[in-house]
Amino acid sequence: MSTPVPARANAPERYYNYAYLDEQTKRMIRRSILKALAIPGYQVPFGSREMPVPYGWGTGGIQLTAAIIGPDDVYKCIDQGADDTTNAVSIRRFFANVADVATTEDTGEATIIQTRHRIPEKPLKAGQVLIYQVPQPEPLRGLEARETETRAMHAYEEYGLQYVSLYENISAYGRIAATAGYPVMVEERYLMSPSPIPKFDNPKMAQNEAVMLFGAGREKRIYAVPPFTRVRSLDFEDYPFETQTWEETCALCGAKDSYLDEVILDDAGDKMFVCSDSHHCAERRAAGHVGPMAGHTLDQDAALQEPAQ
Amino acid sequence: MSVATLDLSRIAPAFADPVRESQAVFREVMECMARPGRITRFDRAPDAPNGLSKAAGAVALTLFDFETLVWLDPALADSEAEAWLRFHCGCPLTTKAQEAAFAIVTDAAKAPNLAAFSQGDAKYPDRSTTVILQVASLEGGPTVTLSGPGIQTTTDIAPQGLPQDFWTQIETNQAQFQFGVDVLLVAGDQLLALPRTTTAQIKGG
Repeated sequence: MSTPVPARANAPERYYNYAYLDEQTKRMIRRSILKALAIPGYQVPFGSREMPVPYGWGTGGIQLTAAIIGPDDVYKCIDQGADDTTNAVSIRRFFANVADVATTEDTGEATIIQTRHRIPEKPLKAGQVLIYQVPQPEPLRGLEARETETRAMHAYEEYGLQYVSLYENISAYGRIAATAGYPVMVEERYLMSPSPIPKFDNPKMAQNEAVMLFGAGREKRIYAVPPFTRVRSLDFEDYPFETQTWEETCALCGAKDSYLDEVILDDAGDKMFVCSDSHHCAERRAAGHVGPMAGHTLDQDAALQEPAQ
Repeated sequence: MSVATLDLSRIAPAFADPVRESQAVFREVMECMARPGRITRFDRAPDAPNGLSKAAGAVALTLFDFETLVWLDPALADSEAEAWLRFHCGCPLTTKAQEAAFAIVTDAAKAPNLAAFSQGDAKYPDRSTTVILQVASLEGGPTVTLSGPGIQTTTDIAPQGLPQDFWTQIETNQAQFQFGVDVLLVAGDQLLALPRTTTAQIKGG
């Protein structure tokens, strides 16, 4: 479902540069991207600009997209896996407007996918770029508040504190309790925050065919994982890394192997589990897969209707 | 005080559409940096002045500006290429390899050792030099097998006209990760990248 936008290159009435950022800012971000790819997992400082959305709404991801996007790109934007949430829709419209790109919800046909906290279920391929919006790029920040210290810890590969933290988790809860933003080791050298993706998605980062870029606007950091790079989720021999699993299947498409969201349906506590990746779910339903609650109206009109008096 | 005037008649044009063309060049450079050994071609880039290859010129127009200190090969001193870079990129030049953010090496026979350029800081390894090394050709030379991040298993390249001991220098450069320079090999309108993570093995060597 691709929507071509008529090209309107640098029309005088636009009042801003192609893809919003000025060329000098793009060059600065582009240089940072190249260094980030050359040092996988290392956080490159960059001169983050003020964007027309607040911090926390994806300013890092938007700046990365603006620095690399061209009129031939097909752009997809997801928020928690869904193409149709407010944040995703407004960022997608932003780039359709300022960069004259076609937009899509189809993971397969997108060349740039900007994501907030999910990796699409469909495996990515060469030629695609996955751009993560990152709130806190520093995996050690919760353990050490000072940037000067965490920078030294990365410089000297001083990651003992991280393992102590995981060990304390096991002694307190009997397992490693982190479920999102689960720390990873890139090429056995740099400890990296995968951004708050569920740990379900962590294994997809390793040996991925696509280029993965991470942007933190407020924290002013860019980092990257090139294709075919080793990415290991931290664990212990006797407490190996595990991803989430569900007893339920997707209520709409019946998927057993996708990441599921729990949706509360009414005040009586009825609920359903649905795929978090909206395009993956729609594609499966179109292919004839049927879940236990197929045909359920999750559309807005039904949800907004007042109950009968 | 006198200000040297620039003779504009000596300066060749750069990108016709700087916004679109630099974006297209950057995406190719990015893919190459992400996939070491991948060769790309900038056939639509503007002709760079004598001494500078099309690919080196395209990269310079895309990435250089007033923020980047550039080390230019002494062979290009006071050349049309130097004036072209200064006019279009506005980049300051340096003769100290250690200070440079970018270096353009055009004379492979007299090329400084990679270790002479900035290797980055332990806390800021991104501050190292990106070396643009101009060689005779990216094909037809002795085969070298690359591996490392960005390469699924291995990939073969065969550039010609490299500086002496180049692959030994690359080995030393790779071994001292997180420090090290990142190399862009250019020949004519072609480019390939050798970031500091890439391991090179000379075939049969």
